[in-house]
Amino acid sequence: MEVFLQQLINGLTLGSIYGLIAIGYTMVFGIIGMVNFAHGDVFMVGGFIALMCFMILTAWLGLAVIPSLLLVLLIGMILTGLWNWTIERVAYRPLRGSFRLAPLISAIGMSIFLANLVQVLQGPRNKPLPPMIQGNFVLMGSESTTVVLAYKQIVIVVVTVALLIAFWWLVQKTPLGRAQRACEQDRKMAALLGIDVDRTISITFVIGAALAAVAGVMYLMYYGVVSFSDGFVPGVKAFTAAVLGGIGSLPGAVLGGLLIGLIETMWSAYFTIDYKDVAAFSILAITLIFLPTGILGRPEVEKV
Amino acid sequence: MSTLTETAAPVATAQGPSLLAVRGVKTYYGNIIALKGVDLDVRQGEIVTMIGANGAGKSTLMMTIFGSPRAREGSISFDGRDITQMPTHEIARLRIAQSPEGRRVFPRMTVYENLQMGASINNFAHFEQDLERMFALFPRLKERISQRGGTLSGGEQQMLAIARALMARPRLLLLDEPSLGLAPLIVRQIFDAIRMLNREEGLTVFLVEQNAYHALKLAHRGYVMVNGVITMQGTGRELLADPQVRAAYLEGGHH
Ligand SMILES: Nc1ncnc2c1ncn2[C@@H]1O[C@H](COP(=O)(O)OP(=O)(O)OP(=O)(O)O)[C@@H](O)[C@H]1O
Ligand SMILES: [Mg+2]
Repeated sequence: MEVFLQQLINGLTLGSIYGLIAIGYTMVFGIIGMVNFAHGDVFMVGGFIALMCFMILTAWLGLAVIPSLLLVLLIGMILTGLWNWTIERVAYRPLRGSFRLAPLISAIGMSIFLANLVQVLQGPRNKPLPPMIQGNFVLMGSESTTVVLAYKQIVIVVVTVALLIAFWWLVQKTPLGRAQRACEQDRKMAALLGIDVDRTISITFVIGAALAAVAGVMYLMYYGVVSFSDGFVPGVKAFTAAVLGGIGSLPGAVLGGLLIGLIETMWSAYFTIDYKDVAAFSILAITLIFLPTGILGRPEVEKV
Repeated sequence: MSTLTETAAPVATAQGPSLLAVRGVKTYYGNIIALKGVDLDVRQGEIVTMIGANGAGKSTLMMTIFGSPRAREGSISFDGRDITQMPTHEIARLRIAQSPEGRRVFPRMTVYENLQMGASINNFAHFEQDLERMFALFPRLKERISQRGGTLSGGEQQMLAIARALMARPRLLLLDEPSLGLAPLIVRQIFDAIRMLNREEGLTVFLVEQNAYHALKLAHRGYVMVNGVITMQGTGRELLADPQVRAAYLEGGHH
């Protein structure tokens, strides 16, 4: 029981991170029908930017943890957003309207480029971050096992929930979000109504990257390290989450993220930790075979 | 029943500069030519109807005006401004609105959101006021305000597509077969609405129709398109009276 509760807490924390990344996959897929393979690496770049900012703010400038965290989130979102905006402009937009595989190949190229760029910048060894937020609540304790809720987990969940609410409001209630959904449903019609489709697509990339940047900050806070290769596995897991939830569906991405987080942590606890990634990837294969539209996905995308 | 009230007054039509001027426009799909050099004018305050058989190129012209697909030759100007190469969304922002072929209502947006989309170019100035006008025009939309576009009936979607276009407060309204698939009563309602907007607010309308009788009756002027070229033009009355037009587009029709 204690193990289960503990893993539930851990799984939901991890799942919020996956959910944040999954939104970027699902939004980009929704609007241009492309799987942005570089998105995992954008997340990793976000984490790396966060790492550098934290170092500068806390070690050099001596700022306290909470203000630096807020600053890091802000800077990370802006820089990563800009980064993804640039990627879309140089690697994807010129290929729009060419054959379907072209942007995918370009995305894989971008993924490799980003990973290698960070590898070169970072050097061969990971730079760990001193733990920022320490301490935890003991929720339940017996001699053998305890259930703890770490402060950093609370921070992760609270930030994620706050961000999701803001994001939901943006998509549902603002003209920008409406334009975004309109482009997703019928790009040509959106243009006939005066919507700048290219600009809307750019903004989608920026928003997706900003959320991934937050996920990067959270990941860094949770594990204390981020390395150039960290884009791949969380990236594929978040992609799995998006597919599981139903690609194109925003609530689906969050739900899928939480499920993948839970499956991973439960698997590690009850089976063997060595195969936790295999568990997550098996879900991807099983979903694609038996439930290709995902849990909240639309059975058939309306033709436009 | 008198033609005086049923037919739009032809007075406004005579002269004046063109609001929309299409000159020698050729449009291709790949290597296949769809418009083979089209010339056409729509003046301020007019209702202009274009009729033509299936595949004549009517919808292609409507979309070419918006630059999608783009005219490969010729020019299109709006209010004296060349818009041939302008991006589609910028053309829309000049206040040209279209209710396109197939209605293209946003299926996963509510009726309300679809109407909001129509008002985008106005930055929602006078949104509430315009919304009330649309409800007065199409009371059905008010009942369906929270329903998703994709679940509306065909007729309701048509009303929504027209209302969405009107929300832009257009200077020029393009309607691609507004009567398609609608019950005669609704067609009448829609045509009445167009006539009323034209008379009372001076709305300029360019519409394409299969329903030739009603559409020509509504129009000040009309064009006939055959295989990507304009073959005939005249006032609505002249075309209605023309034996060729009658034979090709009116005989056997229900009117
Ligand atoms: N996207 C496209 N690709 C290739 N050919 C097209 C495309 N759209 C239209 N066409 C062709 O261009 C010609 C004109 O089509 P268009 O849709 O303009 O006709 P229309 O007059 O609107 O017909 P209808 O009354 O049936 O709506 C047709 O031969 C059609 O097959
Ligand atoms: Mg047509």
